[in-house]
Amino acid sequence: MEALVAFAIGLLVACGVYLMLRARTFPVIIGLVLFSYATNLFLFAAGRLKTDEPPLIYATQSYTDPLPQALVLTAIVIGFAMTAFVVVLALRARGELGSDRVDGGEREEER
Amino acid sequence: MIPSPDHLLVLPVAIPLLTGALLLIFARWPLVVRRAISGVAAVLLALIAIQLLMMSGDDAVRVYLLGDWAAPFGILLVLDRLSALMLVLTALLALFALAYAVQEADSDGHNFHALFQFQLLGLNGAFLTGDLFNLFVFFEILLLASYGLLLHGGGAERTRAGLHYVVLNLIGSSFFLIAAGLLYSVTGTLNMADLAVQMRALPAEDLPIAAAGGLLLLAVFGLKAALLPLHFWLPHAYGAAAAPVAALFAIMTKVGAYAIVRVFTLVFGVEAGPLAGLADPWLLPVALASIALGTIGVLASDDLRRMTAYLVIASVGTLLAGIGLMTEAGLSGALYYLVHTTLVTGGLFLLADLVANGRRVGARITPRERPAGAGVLSVLFLLGAMAMIGMPPLSGLIGKLLILLAALPEPAVQWVWTVILISSAMLLIGLSRAGITLFWRGPPSPQAAPSALRLLPAAALIGSSPLLVIFGGPLTDLAAATAGQVLNPDRYVEAVLGAATVRETVGGAP
Repeated sequence: MEALVAFAIGLLVACGVYLMLRARTFPVIIGLVLFSYATNLFLFAAGRLKTDEPPLIYATQSYTDPLPQALVLTAIVIGFAMTAFVVVLALRARGELGSDRVDGGEREEER
Repeated sequence: MIPSPDHLLVLPVAIPLLTGALLLIFARWPLVVRRAISGVAAVLLALIAIQLLMMSGDDAVRVYLLGDWAAPFGILLVLDRLSALMLVLTALLALFALAYAVQEADSDGHNFHALFQFQLLGLNGAFLTGDLFNLFVFFEILLLASYGLLLHGGGAERTRAGLHYVVLNLIGSSFFLIAAGLLYSVTGTLNMADLAVQMRALPAEDLPIAAAGGLLLLAVFGLKAALLPLHFWLPHAYGAAAAPVAALFAIMTKVGAYAIVRVFTLVFGVEAGPLAGLADPWLLPVALASIALGTIGVLASDDLRRMTAYLVIASVGTLLAGIGLMTEAGLSGALYYLVHTTLVTGGLFLLADLVANGRRVGARITPRERPAGAGVLSVLFLLGAMAMIGMPPLSGLIGKLLILLAALPEPAVQWVWTVILISSAMLLIGLSRAGITLFWRGPPSPQAAPSALRLLPAAALIGSSPLLVIFGGPLTDLAAATAGQVLNPDRYVEAVLGAATVRETVGGAP
């Protein structure tokens, strides 16, 4: 399972970084989202990977760490708000700058 | 009974939170009412911050357990000399920025005052928290408020700068989370005092992970502080922001510097075992490079606001050069310099706006037009420039001198001296040229001269520089005491981990 999770995180980061380096706002936002997914998964894995264990200390002999789950929840909420904000901002930039390039570049497109 | 003064600790977080929420609900109220609410809250905040600074003068580290959960399990606020100093600085800067904003800038949108208060909430929280994840949350609060403030007033230039600022900081936030995850995975805690304890007894195989986490944190804080390879967002963002917002942002880079001091003296401090001094090889070179780049930026700027933004980069570099020495003398010099540079750059941003309003060509450094009221403005510019360059008799000299003297016994002394002194000379050239072009050449502008009321906040912030010299003795003592406390993390750790909950103090009462 470790290998699977590590592979998933790596794939998400790779796709996220690739998209973040694109020149237009929409791919950049998608890249940011993928990257934040990878971050959340990573944070989740920081509490060690366990299946079928309750996140309660006194429940059984064996338990899964509840703190990273709480952290991930917070991070997801904050990430959601930030994504909403950046989408609105990108739309506004498209309207005001007349281009969806991240550098707000020229209106003329190179073919 | 509950010891009552400790509740003061939560007020710098609670007051802006409640005020901001109130302003958000009543965003359609008359502007006068909103200004009054915001102003009263800012004054109150300044008074509380000063009271906290006086409380911290007894060298004790005060802990406020939120929800009465014992450390390291609950989240908590910690007040020591360093956080109290930062709180006072923030509150004073906010007061003057607000005094300038209420004269015009806040009428462009309904939520300026609410965002302003949330910005203060994030700043104060970041200075007070004793928990790494909480630091992340407060960073997000102050960033989200700053996104809104940066875009306040609208316009293509702000939108473009805002987009870069937001995207870069979102990436930074993800890295902060990764760093927190790395540290948690090897220590099992995010309480900074507990992290410091765990770090001392870390098994050898976990050391690389902890080191990676620590260095990632350095990169994240470096982004906030606009250190060399991570500074690209700053000139655009600060140059485009409305003047009172830019003035308030003068403290934002210092949040990064504060976080570097806090984490790398406490968690990776002298007693951190094998990871002690993790940031040392990086901090000084990067800081000196930032000074060089900021100076070149000042020379190359064709706009007064952009130039002030590059001054911020150069001054953050100087600040971190002092911190990077990681000695008591270096840190105390850096703390003095921090107070000076925050207030003066804040004043210069306000001044740049006054100049821009008094000319039809805005803040561009061209000889086409002299700003209205050039007499007063040029005197203020002269004072601000002298303070930033570090010319006698103003406070920049003392700050830079303290850092230079602190570097004397260090191996890197020739680098520190060379870079800071050459940078000062270059700043002298750049700022004189800008001053001559702006104030001495070209015909006077037909615009109306700024009223005395508008001049006041800028004059007060820049005028703080001579005051910092006059009260230099007490202030350097304060800086030295603060540096001494910061570099002895044991006190902090003991205070946090030994903090008694109210339930224990009262003795099982419900």
